Amino acid sequence: MTLIQPNFTNLTQGPRDGFGAGIMVAAKQNPRVVALCSDLDESVRLATFAHNFPNQFVEVGVAEQNLVGVAAGLALGGLKPFAASYAAFNPGRNWDQLRVSVCYSNLPVTIVGGHAGLTVGGDGASHQILEDIALTRVLPNLTVIVPCDAAQAYAATLALVDHSGPAYLRLSRVDTPDLTDGLNFKIGQAQILRPGTDLTIFATGVMVAKALQAAQTLQIHNLQAQVINLHTIKPIDVTAIVRAANQSGVIVTAEEHQIYGGLGSAVAEVVTQNLGHQITQPTVIEMVAVNDCFGESGPADAVMEKYHLTTEAIVAAAEKALRRRAQL
Amino acid sequence: MENLAAPQFSPDLVRLKYLATKIRMAIIKMVHQAQSGHLAGALGLADLYTALYFGALKHHPFDPNWSQRDYVLVSNGHTCPVWYATLAEAGYFPKVWLSRFRQLDSPLQGHPHFFPKIQDETEINQPVPGVENTSGPLGQGLSQAAGLALSLKRAQKPNVVFCFLSDGEHQEGQTWEAYMLAGQYHLTNLVPIIDHNNIQISGRIDQIMSVNPLPTKLRAFGWDVWQINGHDQLEFQKAIRLIKAGVRRPTAILAETISGRGVSFMENKFEWHGKIPSQAEAANAITELTTQLDNLNYDPHST
Repeated sequence: MTLIQPNFTNLTQGPRDGFGAGIMVAAKQNPRVVALCSDLDESVRLATFAHNFPNQFVEVGVAEQNLVGVAAGLALGGLKPFAASYAAFNPGRNWDQLRVSVCYSNLPVTIVGGHAGLTVGGDGASHQILEDIALTRVLPNLTVIVPCDAAQAYAATLALVDHSGPAYLRLSRVDTPDLTDGLNFKIGQAQILRPGTDLTIFATGVMVAKALQAAQTLQIHNLQAQVINLHTIKPIDVTAIVRAANQSGVIVTAEEHQIYGGLGSAVAEVVTQNLGHQITQPTVIEMVAVNDCFGESGPADAVMEKYHLTTEAIVAAAEKALRRRAQL
Repeated sequence: MENLAAPQFSPDLVRLKYLATKIRMAIIKMVHQAQSGHLAGALGLADLYTALYFGALKHHPFDPNWSQRDYVLVSNGHTCPVWYATLAEAGYFPKVWLSRFRQLDSPLQGHPHFFPKIQDETEINQPVPGVENTSGPLGQGLSQAAGLALSLKRAQKPNVVFCFLSDGEHQEGQTWEAYMLAGQYHLTNLVPIIDHNNIQISGRIDQIMSVNPLPTKLRAFGWDVWQINGHDQLEFQKAIRLIKAGVRRPTAILAETISGRGVSFMENKFEWHGKIPSQAEAANAITELTTQLDNLNYDPHST
């Protein structure tokens, strides 16, 4: 277990900073690493990279379809491209290019979607993409990773350099508590961040910190919640989900995404398909996610609160799940 | 010095015409046998593909991944019968593969797919020798080609990247994004070959959504344009030779073609974009092409 004692208040960095640092190391170690950007190099933390590695950087301009197509072409030329923009456009705008030019050919292209989710805040609903996990996890060959902090984004970036197929790396704009030290990151392997036997909270991205805080609250009520960081949405860690279901039969999922098609759906798919087989007890799932609506402008924290992506919402979902489980 | 102004009906030209006619016959057979596929564009491109693969391209059909090769990428993937038939004629894979175009478990998909390596042991997932990219949804190929050309340029490699495009797919915004990037990065090692036949699925391009005038638009995007008759194979080869010898700006070849070329009742008819010939139509087409072949008086074993 790689749990460090998190400081939930003084935040200095987030997943995008981890990506920005990781890609620098990757480019230095491996001349085949190239980064592409659609006129957002500062926002996705590629500005220093662009300055230091001009021959490994490609500015594509505000043209996200071309961004992914050119990345595919660079991969055809033997390079290892990381194509970055806002998630609202990448994969939001260029899903067809991702599907055909990259995933169908199984090319080693990573698309990096920054500013994902409600926490983009002031830019409003057009930019607060909440559908990208659903869009990407249905694509064959594509690995989908949502790091929870800077260290994990750093580790994921380096892991993806050695990954042979396409990947989507989803990053938030906001700073996050340092929850992991980045060590022991393995694509597809969920991380237990806190042990507990009464229920399991599966969380991803910025919701992982809130899940840990919710577990602290639940402990006050004498409920021991296990917190698992599902940083890889695809391929999903079936073993971790099956084990959690067999342990308590009570699962809560938490994600900064629409309730349909994201982490919660992925976990539910595993549970329903393994009930009566690998899973030997009735299992209930409560999902904390955006309830089929668009977001709005506002400070990130305020927007998250209004749309119920909070520690309190996770606690309430846990209590409800436990009540439901007791009814079975 | 080469003689750029080669005389008409030189032995070379007769051979190219012979090969193009054979490829047209293979196209008719493939689409008729599969009972699906796109004829008009493929027939219209047969002269260009033949001229490219038999004389202009630096390649080794028996070593498709030769590191010094010129790359050919296709953006208008629906025309792939001409690509497959040409690759088979050049020796990239056995001609018997063509009979399984669009059939279950065949590597010759309805729109071409590319894999960098063998995916698994199933036949469908074997790479198709000579196919360098995945295409189908229009507008994606030039971006791929530009990325490839950029990687070669930065590695200071001399390989040239050719990319076939249709004129209709210039209605796709992504195509222009790719031109913009290639112009900005001065990718003189990228050579788009535009199949300008003026038809698309539902009618004449100028009636559906005009993309013209292409030369003016391309020049505004930082390109030079070489306009050729897309059925004059020697003129096409000459254009390629001169572009490969070095150009000041990225240069595209705009080839004026006749869709359905070679089969009189299909020529210039947008209806034949995706129409499947009946048994009689296919037989008539083959008869017409056989006559053309005979009139060439070419003996493939003579040279």
